[in-house]
Amino acid sequence: MWNLLQIELFKISKRPRTYIAFAAIFAIVAIFQFAFKADGQSYMDLVLQSVKDSFELDKSKAINGYFMCYIILNTLLIQVPILVALIAADSISGEANMGTLRLLISKPISRTQLILVKFAAATIFTIFLLLWMAITALFMSLLVFGADDMLIFRVKGEESQIMQITKDDIMWRYFAAFGYATVALTVIAALSLFLSIFAENSIGPIIATVCIVIVCTIISNISVPIIDRNVKPFLFTSYLVGWKGFFYIATNADGVPIKGSLENWPAIRKSLFILIGHIVVIVWASVAVFNRKDILS
Amino acid sequence: MKISNYMKTLSPLFFSTALILLSMSSQAQDAATLLKKVKSIMDKVNDYEATGSMKTNVSFLKVPEAEVKIYFKKPNKLKIKNEKGISFVPKGAVSINLSSILNGNDYTIIDAGVDKIGGVDVRVIKLLPLDDNADVVLSTLYIDAANNIIKKAKTTTRLNGSYQLEMSYGKYVGYGLPDKIIFTFNTKDYKLPKGVTFDFDDGSETKKTASSTNKSGKAEIVFNTYLINKGVADANF
Repeated sequence: MWNLLQIELFKISKRPRTYIAFAAIFAIVAIFQFAFKADGQSYMDLVLQSVKDSFELDKSKAINGYFMCYIILNTLLIQVPILVALIAADSISGEANMGTLRLLISKPISRTQLILVKFAAATIFTIFLLLWMAITALFMSLLVFGADDMLIFRVKGEESQIMQITKDDIMWRYFAAFGYATVALTVIAALSLFLSIFAENSIGPIIATVCIVIVCTIISNISVPIIDRNVKPFLFTSYLVGWKGFFYIATNADGVPIKGSLENWPAIRKSLFILIGHIVVIVWASVAVFNRKDILS
Repeated sequence: MKISNYMKTLSPLFFSTALILLSMSSQAQDAATLLKKVKSIMDKVNDYEATGSMKTNVSFLKVPEAEVKIYFKKPNKLKIKNEKGISFVPKGAVSINLSSILNGNDYTIIDAGVDKIGGVDVRVIKLLPLDDNADVVLSTLYIDAANNIIKKAKTTTRLNGSYQLEMSYGKYVGYGLPDKIIFTFNTKDYKLPKGVTFDFDDGSETKKTASSTNKSGKAEIVFNTYLINKGVADANF
């Protein structure tokens, strides 16, 4: 299994498209950082528009490395599933396209092992992608903008809120958020792998994965009570943004944030279990389908 | 005879009216004298650098208590800075510098009687600016006449709502500088367009509390130390 995994990782590392994902992340992060370095105050003016007459805020301090990373993740984690699909959707269909799939399953390894190894390789790629995001979006931003307290702008129900987390209470939240994002993106990797079983080239499963993610994300963001109750709880995309829960700090009766606390840990835990459940079901379905599949290419 | 009777009836009325007018005039004079005494205490301070903590209580702001530095320089420069982090400082907080209220003599003094704050008798004095276009419409001061210090001040402005200051004094009472200020101010509701932030809906309901509909906010500043008249650089403002 370990040898097989090494071979899979070697194959991924040799594909040029692997590096497209890393380059794309670097480019987006660099553009964000440049834009905020040049004119970040305009963004702050926009989000603080309704209270700028009532309060004074040192905006240069508010635009710091931690805040930048949050803004970048907020944008990127919607697009990153596409980058994960680029690799994971190629797992089986790429072999079929090159005509190596039949050769591969003729080796003394079970189909179940093959799928599990392909899944593990896609997961490791996802982890590396997120590590790269952490290096560029978090550590590079800290280098460029420095560290300070972090402001979170949030709409909760009908209320808009501004939460402040002190700088000594942030880093663990990012580690937890990146951990959560790894699980969330692994669902995408599993889905892409599952779809790639049905295709003879990787374009189809990549497009199918992206379409599923886009449609489900749109539905997840529609605010209609009937959809809120009956559809959203069953869409994995409703839980992809659960990483933000690590930045929703609990407050005491006076509205003062409690250091080291989470507003709703049970909701994050529930989301995490639902995502893990998705991974288990999709990987199990992939194994079941692949074991029954006639390999003709 | 008739004139004499008329005079007999009129004289008590005349004297009592004159007495009331005289007493009102002397009260107004007292109010001006009291304000002068308060101002003379405040005039001892040319500048100060204070350290303290600031707690902000506004429904939409979930911010921690901040360690702040407060810089003041005559006549009306005041800056609150959080050197260890970020702070939302209410814009009207500049009025915690009470000498800015008493600055100049461009106001009419009205003696509004007496009141009690925390069991202490206070004189209530209203200041009406003479300038019709001034932003401040009315200031009401509650002065502890025994110590010549302002215990409470209410300011109504034309554009920025009303402010209220409540002061507690300690060891810097000789300079008219408080140990604690509770600053109440008006604020607008904070609105962030939904969909911009892609928030995680954790299913919890927002409790619509009284404070969330109330549009007033509070900032409580507790002063720990004052460095008085040691000079404050203009770069701090």
